[in-house]
This record gives sequence, structure tokens and C-alpha cells, in this order.
Amino acid sequence: MTVDAARDPSPAARPARPAIVDADIHNTWPEPAALDSYLPERWRRLRARLGERLHPGAQYPRLNPAAARTDAWPPDGGLPGSNLDLMRDQLLDRWSIEHGILNPLLEAGELLNLEYGAAFARAVNDWQVAEWLEPEPRLRASITVPYEDAPLAVAEIERRGGDRRFVQVLLASRTLEPLGRRRYWPMYAAAEAADLPIGIHFGGAGGFPTTAAGLPSFYFEEHAGMATVFQDQLTSLVFEGVFERFPRLRVVLIEGGFAWLLPLMWRLDRTWGMLREELPHVTRPPSDTIRERVFLTTQPIEEPPQPQLLARLLDRMDMDAHLLFATDYPHWDFDAPDRALPGVLGGARRDRLLRGNARALYRFG
Amino acid sequence: MVRRVIDCVVHAEVASVEQLVPHMPPHWQAVVSETGFRGPYVATQPAGAPTVCAPRFARPDGVIEGSEPGHITRVLDRWSADVGILCCDYAVDGIRNPDAAAALASAVNDWVVETWLPADERFRASLVLPIAQPEAAAAEIDRLGRHPRVVQALLPVRSAAPYGDRRYLPVFAAADRAGIAVGLRFGGNPGNPPTGTGWPSYFAEEHAGMPAVFQTQLLSLIAEGVFERFAELRLALLGSGFGWLPAFVWRLDKEWRGMRREIPWVRRAPSATIADRVRIALQPIDVPATELGAVLDELPVDDLLMFCTDHPRWQFDADDDALPAAIPEPVRARIAGPVARDFYRLS
Repeated sequence: MTVDAARDPSPAARPARPAIVDADIHNTWPEPAALDSYLPERWRRLRARLGERLHPGAQYPRLNPAAARTDAWPPDGGLPGSNLDLMRDQLLDRWSIEHGILNPLLEAGELLNLEYGAAFARAVNDWQVAEWLEPEPRLRASITVPYEDAPLAVAEIERRGGDRRFVQVLLASRTLEPLGRRRYWPMYAAAEAADLPIGIHFGGAGGFPTTAAGLPSFYFEEHAGMATVFQDQLTSLVFEGVFERFPRLRVVLIEGGFAWLLPLMWRLDRTWGMLREELPHVTRPPSDTIRERVFLTTQPIEEPPQPQLLARLLDRMDMDAHLLFATDYPHWDFDAPDRALPGVLGGARRDRLLRGNARALYRFG
Repeated sequence: MVRRVIDCVVHAEVASVEQLVPHMPPHWQAVVSETGFRGPYVATQPAGAPTVCAPRFARPDGVIEGSEPGHITRVLDRWSADVGILCCDYAVDGIRNPDAAAALASAVNDWVVETWLPADERFRASLVLPIAQPEAAAAEIDRLGRHPRVVQALLPVRSAAPYGDRRYLPVFAAADRAGIAVGLRFGGNPGNPPTGTGWPSYFAEEHAGMPAVFQTQLLSLIAEGVFERFAELRLALLGSGFGWLPAFVWRLDKEWRGMRREIPWVRRAPSATIADRVRIALQPIDVPATELGAVLDELPVDDLLMFCTDHPRWQFDADDDALPAAIPEPVRARIAGPVARDFYRLS
């Protein structure tokens, strides 16, 4: 197909292509100052003086500027992911995205000053409404919350929960404590009340070393190793009984891969069998709970040495209705809808992954 | 049983610091007697946890199973094993006083060498190390690593920094000099949280979460090029399980293809390094019987697993499950002994 056809916004000229739901898009500001107009004066001043005070986390020179596709830098000089027109061109029109979910990674939850974090999260959400959701009806957004303080996070969930363009509450895979701990429960109650899934996205810095064995040296380890933290978070949610306590809560693990989940389910079932005495609040085998309540995005797609192994893995996982296609636009490891899913994932399975599962989870009509 | 079985993990348990006192220099003997120091507090292996001592091995007389050589001799007899590799989980890594940690580690190793090895000629030893002080750990390997029946330097899988970090190079260099394997074992008490996201509430989380820590260490050792730097390094994962390995290797190979510019000294796909240089203790088999065939099929190499009982840990309820019949021959026969014999260079 030609570039012109891809850029033509008129539906008639678009190639006939089944619509896709993209479960992970990263929008950002063109430059940090773009958020200032959404912040109250007090915080704007403080921001100018002190910047964003947060846990330094693990810092590495990365492979690409802004971890972005080299072609995703907008002509206006802003950051990748900051220009709606370019996002339409490169993603929404180009791939016939029916709905795309914005997950801004703007660190409101990591700010050490919790009140500032709350103001920052409000500003991010206001900015999303004004600059993304209003002008582009295909987009939906996650609610940014100051998740280390549950009451402040609940207030933001309640403020946004009535706007159906917000479809999820966004947390990070690394937090101050494992996400099953009591301090986070009020957020789950609020999300459940608003009928919103909790999304847990790759990243975050809770202040402790980024692995159970301290701080690794390379971005390669940060990137390839993040699945270990997703495993820790899911273990915490399951063994704390969060799914029993919040019976309608759904959790989406975003950008963490999914092949690790099958062996983790085996492991959790086994440990639960041996140590149930410690976990009276966990009333069902962990794998049953996970298969009902946990969803995962596909990017970065798993690449076993033979593609057939991926199909076999999905057969064995038995979670076909819980995998959500995502591109991770505009990041460097973008998964293109026509290439990321190997041909062995065909037919109804492919349809579910590319659109059906996300439509059902996020209640897209 | 005619196979020549090697049990690559049996635990020599320190029941009390009193056992170690005779193996300490006078200063530390005095410290123990004057301060009432009871040795390290072992959060990762609570003595009463069923996972630490299987209910069927709990002794009515109150003696800790695994604390006397005779306990392990019985296990080796049961399996007609030629060799049993002693692993001691004594948590010297949790002692912050660097001199105390080094003294305790040496005492444990001398206790094993002097009281365990003579008790059964089939026993081989792993060295407990004051790993928070890599130079002291290296010195301990230099002191005992050439003992003909010492086969392994034992590191708790939880650590203050990933083991590929350059601060630990002296430890790998010492193991290389001594010609012994490096074993990562379940547990550890470095002081930092047992997850990458803070402290979990339950022991069950730490137990279920341990494979993720093994994944972190394997990733670090590969990324830092430790296997390239020490061409003879052999790494054993003890208590990690192996159900997670296929998915982990897929991820590592993919990320290495995409990101190898950052770590140019890593010249081979991680799966190839693991296939050549890493071996895993068979227990725990954290894979349902119905899935075992698929997992074995997806491992990066046939000769990966090494039989162990992990006695007295709770890993299986019936002896038949120690080396399941679901594992097909000839892989099963290799698991029983030959893989470990090659890996540990046992004569």
C-alpha cells in the first residue's frame, strides 16, 4: 500500500482492514512546560524551582533517544508521542485503530511530595481530556493517580470515574510496596466501584533496588528483567487475597510479556498447596483466579525459536480471552499489527487478540 | 537400582551455633560465650516451615533432620547414590559484622570438612561464603577450594547486588582458580527486599517468588559477560525450579538480539550460554506432570537437569516422584547421575 493511502483521513480511501484496538499507547507533552498551564500556580512555581523530586530508580544510557522509534519525532520539535497529528498518521490511520488506550508515563505516582503528586496527576488527566480525548474520539485514556497515597488516588479515580473516556486506572510495575499490600486496597475498591480495571505498566521506581538482588548495571537487564517484577506484583495480589476481597476487580499487566505467566501459575498453585495455612484468605487455586481476572498486553511479543511454540503456549495457558494486542507506540520496540503476531495465531484467536478481548474488557460498544 | 545416582543437593543443617564453636578461633569462641550470640536469624528458611523440613521428615525426637551426617547417609543409601553434594544454607550473609560473617563461614566449612566428610565417603562439600565481603569470600575459596572433596562455592541467590556486578569478580576468579563450580542456592538475607518492589507480607510470596530472583541473577551474569570472562565457569541453580526457563530464555534471546549493542562482549545468544554452562537441580519440579513433556522439549539443552532429593526440603511426597517416570529415557538416565558427574567433574 502507498504512503498516500495511509495518510488519507477519509474512511472511503482507507484500505479495507479490520479495526484494531491498541491497548498501550504513550502520549506525552511536547516539552515538560506544556503541563504548566494545567497546574495551580503554587505547584507551577515549585516545579520551576525544584523540578520533579522522585526516586532516582535505575538510570542507564538507553539505546534510542526518548526510547522512541527514530521516525516518531514530530516535525514541530516536540517529543515522540506528543503530536496528535503524527500519532494519527503513524498509528491510528495507518493501522485502522478503532480504539487506542493512552498510558502517559509521566511519573505522577512516583513523586515524593504526595500533594504535588496529586496535583500533577490531576493536571495530567485534565491535559489528556483537553489535548487528546476531546480532539480525537478514537482515543481512550488511563487515569493517572498518585498511587502511593491511596486516599489521594481514590479522589482522582472518583473525579474521573464518570467520564467513560477514561477506561482504566494506571499503576506501575515497581511501587514502594508490593501492590497486594493493604495500603493500596482503597484504590481497588474505588476502581471496582467505577467498573475500571487496574492497569499495571512496565516501569516505576519505589525507592528500593529494582530487583530482589540489588541494582543491575545495564538497561538490557532493566528491560529483559522487568517480567520478574510483574511476577512479584501478581504473586502479591493473589496471595494477599485482593481478588477475593474485590470480587469484580480486573487487572491488566501492560508491557510485561506473558509467557512467564504459565510457569508462574504452576508455581503459585504449588506454593499455595504447601503453605495454605498462612493464606486462609486465598480460597481458590491461584491459577483459577488468574485465568478469570488477569489480562495481559502482547507487546513486546514473545518470540520462541519456532512460532508454533507460541501457539502451543496459548493452548496451554488457556487465556485466549485475556490477551490484548498493543503496539507501545511511539517506543523503539513497537509491535506492528501485521508482523508482531505470527501467522500461527490465526482465525478467531487472532480476532480476539487484535480487538475482541479489549472491546469486552474495556466495554467498548 | 543399577544407575549411578548423584544427589546434587542434600542439606547439612546447622542446628545450633554451639556445633560451630569448636571450629572457631578463640576470639569468636569468646564472643559466642560472652554475648549469647545465637548465629544468624534465618528469615528465608524458618525452621518450622513445612517447605524447609517436609512433614514426613519431621522427627519426633526434636532433632533437626539433616543436622547429622547419618541423616544424609540414609538418604544416599535409599537412592543408591554414589555421591551426595552437601549444601548448607547457614545464613552468614545476613550477619553485617564482616569479621563475624567471615569467621562463621570458615567455622561452617571446617565443621563440614572435619565432621561430615569423614563420616561418609560419598559426601562432597559446598563452601559457605561471607558474600557481603567479596574479598573475604574469595579468601575462603582460596583457603578450602582445592580440598579434593570440595566441589562448589555456594552463593545465596538473594544478594545486595546482582552477582554479575564487578564487585563480585574476585569470587568468580577464586572459584576459577580452585576449579570448582559456583552454585546459587534458594534464599539469602542481604538486607534489601526480596522483590524488586518492596517487602511482601507472606512467607508464601517469598517462596513462590524465589525463581524470579534466580532469573535476575542469571540475567546479570550473562549481561555482564561473566561467562566470557571465566571460560571455565560452571553455574548450578539449586532450588530454582526450571518451569520458568523456556519463557525466560525466549525473552533473553529476543532482547539480546535487539539490545546487544549495549553489551557487545556478550557474543552468543543467552540460550547458548545457558545450554553450555548452566545446570539446574531437578527439585523442585515446579511443573505439573501433564506439562513436563512440553517443558523438557523447550529446554535449551537435554543435559540440563541434575537429580537431587533436596533433603529434607519438602519437594515430593512419594519417592517415585523424585525422578518421575514421566521423564523419558535417555534423558532420565542422564539426569540421575551423568549430568552432575560431568558438571562437577566427579571422578
